[in-house]
Order: sequence, then C-alpha cells, then structure tokens
Amino acid sequence: MTPTERPTVGLFATCLVDLFRPSVGFAAAKLIEDAGCAVEVPKGQTCCGQPAYNSGDRATAQRLARQTIDAFARYDYVVLPSGSCAGMIRIHYPDLLADDPLYAERAKELAAKTHELVSFLVDVRKVDAIKGRFGETVTYHDSCSGLRELGIKAQPRRLLAGIEGLELKELSGPEECCGFGGTFCVKYPEISERLVDDKAIDIEATGAATVLAGDLGCLMNMAGRLKRRGSAVKARHVAEVLAGQTDRPAIGEKD
Amino acid sequence: MRSQPGSLKTNAKAALADPVLKAAMAKLKTGFRSKRAIAVDRLPEFDALRDRGQAMKNHVLANLDFYLEQFAARVEEQGGGVHWCRTAGEARQAVLDICRGQGAKMVTKGKSMISEEIGLNDWLIKHGIETVETDLGEYIIQLRHEAPSHIIAPAIHVNRHQVADAFRAAHTDLDAARPLDEPRQLLDEARAMLRQKFLAADVGITGANFLVAENGATAIVTNEGNGDLTQILPKAHIVLASLEKIVPTMADAATVMRLLARSATGQEATSYVTFSAGPRRPDDKDGPKAFHVVLLDNGRSAMLGGPFQDMLRCIRCAACINHCPVYGAVGGHAYGSVYCGPMGSVLSPALGGLAEWAEMPNASTLCGRCEIVCPMRIPLPRMLRHWRTREFERHLTPLPVRAGLAAWGFLATRPTLYHLAMRLAMPVLAWFAKGRGRLADLPLAGGWTASRDLPAPEGETFQAAWARRKRR
Repeated sequence: MTPTERPTVGLFATCLVDLFRPSVGFAAAKLIEDAGCAVEVPKGQTCCGQPAYNSGDRATAQRLARQTIDAFARYDYVVLPSGSCAGMIRIHYPDLLADDPLYAERAKELAAKTHELVSFLVDVRKVDAIKGRFGETVTYHDSCSGLRELGIKAQPRRLLAGIEGLELKELSGPEECCGFGGTFCVKYPEISERLVDDKAIDIEATGAATVLAGDLGCLMNMAGRLKRRGSAVKARHVAEVLAGQTDRPAIGEKD
Repeated sequence: MRSQPGSLKTNAKAALADPVLKAAMAKLKTGFRSKRAIAVDRLPEFDALRDRGQAMKNHVLANLDFYLEQFAARVEEQGGGVHWCRTAGEARQAVLDICRGQGAKMVTKGKSMISEEIGLNDWLIKHGIETVETDLGEYIIQLRHEAPSHIIAPAIHVNRHQVADAFRAAHTDLDAARPLDEPRQLLDEARAMLRQKFLAADVGITGANFLVAENGATAIVTNEGNGDLTQILPKAHIVLASLEKIVPTMADAATVMRLLARSATGQEATSYVTFSAGPRRPDDKDGPKAFHVVLLDNGRSAMLGGPFQDMLRCIRCAACINHCPVYGAVGGHAYGSVYCGPMGSVLSPALGGLAEWAEMPNASTLCGRCEIVCPMRIPLPRMLRHWRTREFERHLTPLPVRAGLAAWGFLATRPTLYHLAMRLAMPVLAWFAKGRGRLADLPLAGGWTASRDLPAPEGETFQAAWARRKRR
C-alpha cells in the first residue's frame, strides 16, 4: 500500500474501553484518522478472549478468536488501544487456532495486520510527532504485554516528547508489573494489592501529576489503588493525552 | 517436595504480613537483579551463548538415553557406582543403602535441590544417621527446621538477627554471652561448628550442576567451598542428580557455567567450580574411596516429548525467581513447593501432579519477565498457561471461576446480546458511583474493591456512543 492511499482501520476498542472508558476509543479513533486512515468500529467485536485464554478455557477463547477474525478480516489494519489485547491477536491467535482448518491461515493474516495503537502510529504510519499541549508532569508505566510481547517502549515516549508543556519523569521501575494480570487481580487480591501498592509508591515518588499507560486494565488497577491511598495523582490512557482529549475527568475522578 | 502445608493463597496472606520477608525481598531487587543486569551487559555474546546453551540442551533431551548411558559407562569405568532411581522413594533408599554399606553415622551435605525434592534429610535422620547441611544458608534453615525459600539462596527470608537466634538455640555448648551481632561473628561460628562435622563425616552428599557424558565427571558450582570439603574428606561421596543435568562435553559444561553464574548471582564465574570423576585413584593425594551417582527421574522422563519438555533445559539459576513480581511479594515458602517462582510453578505440577499443585501456575500475572531473563529461553508463561488449560480440561478449576467464565463466555460470544446487556449494565454501575467517579465497594467485586477503588464507567458504552455519533 502506498502512503497516499487511505487505508481503513478496524478499531477494536477492547472490552474495558467499551465498558468503562469510551473516551479512549474516541481518542484512538482521532489519532488513527489524523495518521491518514479511515476508522470503522465493527459491531461484531466484544472481547479478544484473553480472560478465557489465560484461565485455561481454550474452547471459549477459540470461539472469541474466530468471532474477532470474522469481524475484522475485511480491514487493512486492526488497531487496539491496548498492548495486551493486541498481543493476544498478534502472538496468541495463530497458536490458539493452529489446528483449525478454516481459521489457522486467517488467524495468521489477522495477526500480521494487527497493531497496538501507539506502535501503529509510530512503526506503521511513521508518525514522528503529534502536535498537542498537556501542561503537566507525567510518568509512564510500561504495561507487561505491550513491552515484552510487542516491544513497545520507545514509541509512546517519542510521541509524548513532542507534546508541548509535558514533562516526563520516569518511574524507578517502569517495567515492574502493576499486579493487574487480568483475572489474577481478583484471584489473588492480596498479592495484587502488594504489587499495585509498590507501583503506586513508585508513581507518587516521581512527583508526577498524572500516570500514563497504554492499557486500561493496568490503568484502572493503578488508578484504583492511588485513589484508595488518597493520592492526588491522576491516571489517563496515553491516547487521551496524544489526542488532546483530556477534558473528561481522569480515570476514577469525579465529574 | 512440599515445603509448607496450606494453600498458596493462605500462605501468601501470612507472607505478605511478614516485615522481615518484605525487607529481604526488597534486597532481592537491588541485589540479584541489578548484578545480573550488569554482568549480562558486560558480555556482548550473552545472547549467542544463550542460543548455544539452548541448542545443546535440546540436543541432549532428544538423545537423553544415549548420553545417560555414556555418562554411566564412564563413571563405572572409573570405579564409581551409578544408581538409576525412578522415584523419590527409590532415590532415598539408594542413598540409605550406600550410607549403611559405609557404616555411616554422620553425613555432611552440600546444597542439593534434589535432596529437598526427595526429602532426604528427614529420611536419613529417621534412620539414625546424623545429617548436616554445610552450605551456610542450608545450615541456617536446617537449624530453623525450614525448607529453602529460594533455589540458590535458601535462607534469603532470614535476617542476621534470626540467624543469631538460631545459632544460640543450637550451639548450646558455647558461651551464652558471646557476641553475635556482626556477620563476621556468625560466619566464624558456623565455620567452627561445621569444621568438626566435615572431619567426622563418613559420607558426603552433594548435588550436581551438570553431569558430563564424555568423561563421567560431575560438577558443582559454589561460592563457599563447603562442597569441596563435603566431597573430598569422607570415605564416600554420593552425587545426587536428576537426569536432565547431562551435558555431552566439558565445552558444553563451560557454556552452562558461563550462563549460570551471570544469570544467578551476576558473577562471571562462581568462586569454585569442582569436578569429580570416580573415587580416589592410587596416586591421588585425597578424595573419597567410594563414589556413587544417584540418578533421579521422578517424573522427568514423562515430560519428554510433551509440552513441558523445554522445562528440562532449566539450569536452576533462579533468574526467573529473582525477577518474578509474585515471588518478590510472597517469597518462596508461600508456594508450598521446594521449587518456587515461575520455574517451580511449571515444574512442581509436572513432578508432583497437577491435582496437588494446580494453584501454582495460577499465581502469576503472566508479566513475561521470567522468559526474558531465562538464560535457556524457556517459554515459562506459555507453560504456566498450558497448565491452566489442563486444569480447566480436567475440571480442576474452582467452580466459581468456571461458572464466571461460562456466563461471561456465553455473553461475549453473542455480540448483539452482549452489547445490549452492557448498554443496560454500565449506566447502573455508573449510577452506583453517584458522581464520585469510583466505587469503594461493590457486591461480588470484593476481590477488586478490598484493596482498590473501582473506577466508574463513563455510562454509555463506546459501541453505543460511536453508533450515535455516526448516525448524526
């Protein structure tokens, strides 16, 4: 595809964004459109299947994978505002459906054109800088799946560096797991609490006003713990800041 | 193999409340982790070395029978004995028989995880043989009647004040008023006590970091020197090893050594690497008169050819444990198995059965750091997930989890119904938050809200809001 063409992106909002924070979906749509693409949101999407997959329920995960493939196969790209869900499609769908005669090839095809949002902007659409303003000191949490399955580390920092007024202060352990882990956080709430508490302490120590990340699961976990600690630090999805859509209250803040 | 009774969940709660453990785990992050990072950065060919190590181990696992037989033949040619043991019980009996054959009253031991796996100490003591651990960490936990909480730093959960308490309780012959405030004083005391045991022991038992097929040598990689005294001074030396410790050649052993030390402690090489092959020869100046290798299977051969075969590449460096957030929160004992952390959570169900160890593979966030630091590139997260799949298939998954998954799966695979349900549910949840932006507690969501607020949904779902905007 030549750069002059306008590819169509199927936006997979992810279940958490759909249910809890639609504004991330709109921010993602704006960023994708600004990067020269058309955006469509197919109705056949629900969840990528990761909760079932990581809980050992392969059959349900396979059903959801096939459903997702059917919903998104027609697009030039599939983009998700989540490293974890993008990793599920890119890395795990081909494995999950490897023995499915009808879907094995289609799973590989979908995997090849699926991207996490910020990685899509930087690595695929070659976006160097985004014009915007956010007059706050922020810190950034590298969500595990995006970081280790998809290599997302430099991309969000590169785009954030172009946002006027924004100062990034790194965490002492940006690559430490926040303790969300999908169903882990409710299966082992006490262990999860320790991990997210350590993360909250690290976030507070940076002096940042807002913590940013690319995955809503981690963000809800960190925001929930920060609020429980009585911390003033806010949490936002990185897409909100990049899209300049920060008029809504931060995650877990009142209207 | 069990280090502690009780479920992981219950043990974890107690561990999280232990301030000594919390301090110890904080040191793990600054110690092992940063030392490994520095050592790896210093070696440009580290990744190439990992590839070589991985390929070598895969080759060995594909030809394990050949290399085991080669190794056994070399040991026997040199006058050593090889004891093939299918189970923990057979291995314990083999060790006891050798000890009895030597008329042994006392046994000294170097650090061996196989010994922990088969519960050797209790067995020997039950049969009237005094059994003394000589690795300082192992000695400390033996005095405290505990299992190791880490595979290379068995007493990592203990602070020096607790060591002093354990020494005072055990070394009752010494002056009760002696100072034991400094690490040096503790070391000197341990050394003096252990020296007597080294000299009096009839049999020395060590583990093995690798078994070299080409020359029948066994090797231990240590930092204290206790292993050498354990295996050289008594009249008999027993090497306890599991079958996957085989490497074809001395050059392969060097590959493993270089990976192991850097990944484990951040050292380029450990202080001691000791090879032993067969009993003392006529012109040797020292060494044991008898040399035995007890080779343990205990479920490992059943892992060959299956989804967990890659786990047999493990060289027990503990890098996965040192980088695991869950281990860093709860320590090793909470897992209940002598093999803890990611490697233990894959290995324990393989060796001890899934029904017994099903909790371990679940107690992971699947953050993936273990696989990144594993020198043998073992796909630990994939295998943890694979255990969960088996658990689900065998209906071992707890009923509430199954029921929750089934209900959610029913909805999620019916997009129209799902979107309708969510469009109705989210405003209700938002209403519960009553404009506060978050919920401090919510029925049926205690797992979340016990320790953190639940950010409230904005109200309208993205799907609904997007469709509404498109209509305008």
